[in-house]
Amino acid sequence: MRDVVRASVVIGVASGIYAISFGVLSVSAGGSILQTCLLSLLVFTGASQFSAVSVISAGGSVASAVSGGLLLAARNGVYGLALSPSIKGSLAKRMLAAQFVIDETTAMSSAAPDQRAKDWAFWSCAVMLFTCWNLGTLIGALAGSSIDPETFGLDAAFPVVFVAMVAPHLSSRSGRRAAFIGAMVTVALTPILPIGLPILLSSVGVFVGLVSHDGDNAPDHSLEVGP
Amino acid sequence: MSWWLVLWLSVGAYVFKVLGLVVLGGRQLPAVVNRCLALIPAALLAALIMKDTLTTGQELVLDARLVGVCVAAGATFRRLPLTAVLILGVGSTALVRAAVGLI
Repeated sequence: MRDVVRASVVIGVASGIYAISFGVLSVSAGGSILQTCLLSLLVFTGASQFSAVSVISAGGSVASAVSGGLLLAARNGVYGLALSPSIKGSLAKRMLAAQFVIDETTAMSSAAPDQRAKDWAFWSCAVMLFTCWNLGTLIGALAGSSIDPETFGLDAAFPVVFVAMVAPHLSSRSGRRAAFIGAMVTVALTPILPIGLPILLSSVGVFVGLVSHDGDNAPDHSLEVGP
Repeated sequence: MSWWLVLWLSVGAYVFKVLGLVVLGGRQLPAVVNRCLALIPAALLAALIMKDTLTTGQELVLDARLVGVCVAAGATFRRLPLTAVLILGVGSTALVRAAVGLI
């Protein structure tokens, strides 16, 4: 369990640093400190927050900022489906857990080997992320535009952490295939579709890829039901 | 910034999370769907890496982030701890950006 908690701390700190740039961006887009902090507390899904604030900052309408942000947030619904077998308990507990269903908690939980490890992975990651993300946002909002996150390479913090997180999923052939489809779909569709849609469609690519693959190898299927 | 933005994003984001985890989740799903769901993190993380590395808004761009992510991939492949991956990735991005700025 110690490894899991240690990873959660690192992920928490990384996103806390990244959250500083969200705070800076949101305030410079005209958000108040209260609005900026509420976005991190209530929306709590980084990509959507960044996308919405950057649309506003570029002079876009509230409707386009919200729709782009929600398209990016839709993947959390898919994550929730994927996590639902491993998050057990009362309705109230699951309603609380729902707020923490995002990229990092899903990646940590899904990479854990058994139920106990999954619980530890999900909740330690959730607590660390929520704390650091909101603390970082507050610091960034207070600092305003007096710091430039890009100078320190902080805009690379998310993809860098995601690289480490995707690695365990690449040990299987189907995992590599899913990652490849996801990456290709995103790169191909980003220039032609609204923000958020390519990310969502990359998960649809998995279904298409897997289902067609299952059809091709129908005889092999029986092997998987063995003892 | 409009309060409507805060309200709609907050409500919408939570609705998606609850919809997946609580409303649709917990039902018995066909085996093939479960196998697909297990692959979702791989696909979406890879997609997010591409989005965060190669795009700004709707444009494809090549900049210092790509170097940082490649360094991080190398560090991950060498099985370095997450802290090292993070510092190397972010640090190399900052270095390349500073170097390019000097030219």
